[in-house]
Amino acid sequence: MTDVLFILFAVVAVGGGVGVVTGRSPVASLLFMVATLASLAGIYVLFEAHFLAAIQVLVYAGAIMVLFLFVIMLLNLGHDYRADLKYGSWFLLSLVVVGLTAGVLVQGLMGTGETGLRAGGAEVAAAIDAAVVEKGAVGVIADPLFTDWVVAFELMGLLLLVAIVAAVVLAKPRERPEGK
Amino acid sequence: MGEMQELSTFWFVTIGAVKVVAVFTVVMGVVAYMTLAERRVSAFIQDRLGPNRVGPFGLLQPIADGIKNIIKEETMPGTAAKFYFVLGPALAIMPAVVTIAVIPFAAPLPTPVGTVDMVVADVPIGILYILALSSLAVYGIVLSGWASNNKYAFLGGLRASAQMISYEVALGLSVIAVLLLVGNVTLTETVWKQQQLGMWFVFPLSLAFIFFLISALAETNRLPFDMPEAESELITGYHTEYSAMKFSMFFIAEYAHVVTASALLATLFFGGWDIPFWTGDDMFRHESGWIRGFDEAGAPIPATPNVLITLLTLGAFCAKTGFFLLLYIWIRWTLPRFRYDQVMHLGWKVLLPGALGYIMLVAGTMLVLDQLEVPFGMLYGGVLTVVSGITTLAFLFFVDRDRVISGAHRKRNLARARARTAPKAGGPAATS
Repeated sequence: MTDVLFILFAVVAVGGGVGVVTGRSPVASLLFMVATLASLAGIYVLFEAHFLAAIQVLVYAGAIMVLFLFVIMLLNLGHDYRADLKYGSWFLLSLVVVGLTAGVLVQGLMGTGETGLRAGGAEVAAAIDAAVVEKGAVGVIADPLFTDWVVAFELMGLLLLVAIVAAVVLAKPRERPEGK
Repeated sequence: MGEMQELSTFWFVTIGAVKVVAVFTVVMGVVAYMTLAERRVSAFIQDRLGPNRVGPFGLLQPIADGIKNIIKEETMPGTAAKFYFVLGPALAIMPAVVTIAVIPFAAPLPTPVGTVDMVVADVPIGILYILALSSLAVYGIVLSGWASNNKYAFLGGLRASAQMISYEVALGLSVIAVLLLVGNVTLTETVWKQQQLGMWFVFPLSLAFIFFLISALAETNRLPFDMPEAESELITGYHTEYSAMKFSMFFIAEYAHVVTASALLATLFFGGWDIPFWTGDDMFRHESGWIRGFDEAGAPIPATPNVLITLLTLGAFCAKTGFFLLLYIWIRWTLPRFRYDQVMHLGWKVLLPGALGYIMLVAGTMLVLDQLEVPFGMLYGGVLTVVSGITTLAFLFFVDRDRVISGAHRKRNLARARARTAPKAGGPAATS
């Protein structure tokens, strides 16, 4: 049962990813992206990472993508983007980047040592299960985040604040000097 | 320890399926009769009769409406984006009917095959599940507004997306105060902690309740926040081009949202299925059995699930939810509609900073109480009630802006005084 669901979610996630880059209208691309994000959330649930799944849907599918949709509709973007695509050296560069990323992923999946994604395996899973029972689904993530990684967490918050301030400054209409 | 017989897999699946069907049926039934109740109550408020011809007191009216909507012709605008036009209502109704699944509606029910939790799915992320899925509700509205290829529908869709994002923030932040006090996110534990505190969270977290009520009204797109479908401005907004059953879908979705919001208000702030002034119904799954509480030494007191208690608590839950359903209708037919900039102003400049400040206040008070080692009970709740009460009064005084409390004559005098000193400054005296 779990395997069937995993394959279903995985196919929808990958298919959605392909749909995002091949979709003809921005709205279609966006909906494919939502499907991908939702399937990823489904996979998280299969891994019993409930909190991650909820946050994935809440933040990405439910807030960020809605904002994207809002912007697409507000600016009424709907023209064919194909004319804007850059071919030639850019195409080669993107192939190289995709190839490298795929290589890193394959190495991670196949690797068995410290660097492999499967390192630890059952022991890590058991440790996480025990932690979930002790601290609850949210506590498992909140505890390290606000103790061991609190500085990094606060710095991230600061970074986002800087980004917001920068966006406001960029969006503000320039004040023209007098007489112009 | 109270005996706890775990359900076998077969019974777990069977009873789970029964619960899904039962809860879905009940919600759909409530939705159908909400439409009747809305029309009857609005008629009462406006001194009319309302629909009273079909069946006794008009009780068969929802069935007549349903049949009418099914046999009516479905129109499809020629210039609509057909796929999205059909997808819209489906996307709107999906989140509305699944969110109720995590709300516990009664005390556990003992059966011959084991004790059954009276909640469809007691997921470990509880309230986050509701927030996550209800955040998807906006897609249906926005897409149908866009796909209709109609300017009014499109404006309605745009308004909906902006409004729902804005109020989701306030809604989430007002829930955080509850989560702080519960210490977990599951709704079963929320009910249990209210039983343990000896009071419903509406008292110690009164301001969070007000924020949640306002945000929930905005999230369900009902008056005074029905900007996306404001008839006087946008015909009916995002569902202008829809007809027959597709049109009904939006209504079913809206009323299902109202039902969920009412049940959530009852659960988060009014004790859920808890019966007030009676500890006999307190029940919680603790380690290996059902407990009623802890004695002075901290040892758990066992509890026995009972059919009678289940029925009584179900009645309490229905009564509380019913009250909020009525309140929703009452508010809709009493208050006028906001202007759109006022909606945005309230969401971003009042509720958001207010809720953030309130979280700090609740967290600070709880920190002090924990440092003083006040046990989680009446005193703990009492201190929070006083602190929150003062804050709530201050907030209400702030949003009142001299309108009700100081009365009209003061406003008139102020306006006169201003007119004397600065003849240019016209308009009402107390707009911020």
